[in-house]
Amino acid sequence: MKLNERSVAHYATCDSPADHAGFLRKRVERHHHHAHHTTSYQRRWFVLKGNLLFYFEERESREPMGLVVLEGCTVELCEAAEEFAFAIRFDDAGAKAYVLVANGQAAMEAWVKALSRASFDYMRLVVRELEKQLEEACKSLAACRKSPRRSSSGRKRHLSNPALLPVQEKPAVLENGYCTWGSSGVPGGTSCPDRDGGYSKPPPLPPRRRSAAGSAAGSPMPSLSLALQESPVSPETACFSKLHNWYGQEIAVLRREWLERQQRGNL
Amino acid sequence: MRYNERELLSLARQPAEKAAEILMRVPKKGSVLKKRLVKLVVNFLFYFRTDEAEPIGALLLEHCRITKEEENVFSISFIEEPERKYCFECDSEQQCQEWIEALKRASYEFMRRSLIFYRNEIQKMTGKDPLEQYGISEEARFQLGTRKQ
Repeated sequence: MKLNERSVAHYATCDSPADHAGFLRKRVERHHHHAHHTTSYQRRWFVLKGNLLFYFEERESREPMGLVVLEGCTVELCEAAEEFAFAIRFDDAGAKAYVLVANGQAAMEAWVKALSRASFDYMRLVVRELEKQLEEACKSLAACRKSPRRSSSGRKRHLSNPALLPVQEKPAVLENGYCTWGSSGVPGGTSCPDRDGGYSKPPPLPPRRRSAAGSAAGSPMPSLSLALQESPVSPETACFSKLHNWYGQEIAVLRREWLERQQRGNL
Repeated sequence: MRYNERELLSLARQPAEKAAEILMRVPKKGSVLKKRLVKLVVNFLFYFRTDEAEPIGALLLEHCRITKEEENVFSISFIEEPERKYCFECDSEQQCQEWIEALKRASYEFMRRSLIFYRNEIQKMTGKDPLEQYGISEEARFQLGTRKQ
């Protein structure tokens, strides 16, 4: 099976920060005749990025020697001949385990902790949990800032177009949903307790995007998605991906400019 | 570079975030669009010949750029080689947009940024660090501000 190895190696060595790094000794088994085998340990430089564990021959090596995709693995302490040993194992019956040896108790514990939380699934779980918490925090903030008028009449007041009556089950969020981000156009004028000092300046507004473009589950109504586009941040995931795109565009522009400057500098 | 292919193949058999038969072209000279079963699992995009159980290839989706090309078409390229594009021609513009959205969110790095974002927002709103209850607030991967991308 092919893998985009060049890109993977680039990801390993680029300056995006690693989640953990350090020397570990990696167990190597060599099999000889008559089921006799020798065990040795080779010191390698290990770098953990996301759900990928890379190892390099030396710390200064330009390219990784190998990669362990960690998805679906378990990490456990190991009853090996070596102290401070732990193993990365996979479900698959025939799969070999990676036995690694740290140089002390603290190092071993740090690695085991980092590796056991390295899976994409785990990260996804935590993100979803936080997403939920943010939504709830926003709702409860909206609820305590709500004026006496109830949600249905309030909705009609603000949204003149009947087609904009929200379909989702959380009208409170919708009505005051942008409270903490001080979005214009919500006459309720709710605000976050630390509106002034509390959050950093929102990123610059992106160039206008086609409103048909991806608001996934969030907002089927055209002018609502326009409101989403105006407000740079929002508790909804769909908006976060927009935020991500905007940063990405900004970075793309900066990178282009940087490259151009480099080229000019090299003339 | 060695890697645990066995585990990657096993990953390819897991339930996918998204899967479809799409025309695909790899960035090799003379290559043409071919119908492939394309399957997104965590931060890997696997592609299979439509009648085969084992993927022909896998793309790690970190540091990649997903670009809308012409109608129904998007491409994946990687940051260090932006001209080398994997092209995908969908059945419809809607399918194209759905894949673009899904792939943009499919990287571990994207999730990490989401997490940092949510954590920060919750902290500002409630004054509490939501990760503390899980005992993971000190983990390097969840830290604000030290990451440059």
